[in-house]
Amino acid sequence: MLAAMDDAAAATDDGSPGVLTAFRLGAGAIAPILVSVLPFGLIAGLAAGAAGLGPAEASGFSVIVFAGAAQLAALDLLGAGAPLLVVVGTALVINLRMAMYSASIAPHLDGQSLPRRLLAAYVLTDQSYAVSVVRFARHDLDARGRYAFYLGAAAPMWLSFQLATIAGAFGGVAVPAGLPLGFVVALAFLSLLLPSITDRPTVAAALTAAAVAVGASGLPANAGMPLAALTGVGVGWVLATRRRRRIAAGDQP
Amino acid sequence: MIAKAWWAIVVIGAGTFAVRASFLVFAEKVGRVPVGVQDALRMVPAAALAALVAPAVLRPDGDWEPFGPRALAAVAAIVVAWRTGSVLATMGFGLVAVLVLDALVG
Repeated sequence: MLAAMDDAAAATDDGSPGVLTAFRLGAGAIAPILVSVLPFGLIAGLAAGAAGLGPAEASGFSVIVFAGAAQLAALDLLGAGAPLLVVVGTALVINLRMAMYSASIAPHLDGQSLPRRLLAAYVLTDQSYAVSVVRFARHDLDARGRYAFYLGAAAPMWLSFQLATIAGAFGGVAVPAGLPLGFVVALAFLSLLLPSITDRPTVAAALTAAAVAVGASGLPANAGMPLAALTGVGVGWVLATRRRRRIAAGDQP
Repeated sequence: MIAKAWWAIVVIGAGTFAVRASFLVFAEKVGRVPVGVQDALRMVPAAALAALVAPAVLRPDGDWEPFGPRALAAVAAIVVAWRTGSVLATMGFGLVAVLVLDALVG
């Protein structure tokens, strides 16, 4: 078994890191971000109590849905007695952005078996998605390495979130009142945003998305976010396509 | 109420999984993704992350604050992120910055 572990950790023939190494790299990449996820898990547990529900429901949400922002919105609405349709609809709109992550990460995970891809889908979050695609852009991981990296990032997030939810649900744990949680999460995303901006189309995509997101921030169900992201993708795509055509036509990029 | 909550959990869970799995299910034999699609997908991280960051920084709690503590702390954090490339350094510095600026303003 030790020999097998050595094999798993050893570099492959083409020099890319072994599976175990890649997993560890993923875990290392997500580690600083876990700090910002724990309070959200705590809040997910606390919010269930505030909505009149117990630890079973809190854990149920975190295990079955595994999406903090949507959980908080759903718990808020449940506590306020909103109709089931509104609760479900709001949560799903909030999670629509996952479709973009799914599309964007799918090519990097192609060739993996269906059960593996379904597992990858289950643990898909903003953070594990972002650290993974940023790393994949370096093109120094092979297919197995990419999958291992992604799981290395996603598994600690999943585990931390579940433990934090349970801790929050059983009470006795409070989040410091003055802590600007939303801002800390935004800082994590900010540090991943910079490396994803590599050329003028991505600059345009980011600026457009930022502008639309700020303008549409008042929309219900946080619908402004997927709207902004789609607009940003569209604008970036137009610029990238135009540049591609210019290059193909022999002009300066 | 408990029953309603569990209905919500299951339906939201199923729907969310379907959304997450949507494109991954078809990734088995993606092979060559068309170039135009590649271009579009390459925009997703930049657009999605910007859409998540911008409101939290410029319009916390709904009020437009382009020069508020969060906006200024974010600018400082961008410099740190750019110079260090470290997620931890960016988060730590940004948090300290916003707490200090909040204290100065408030």
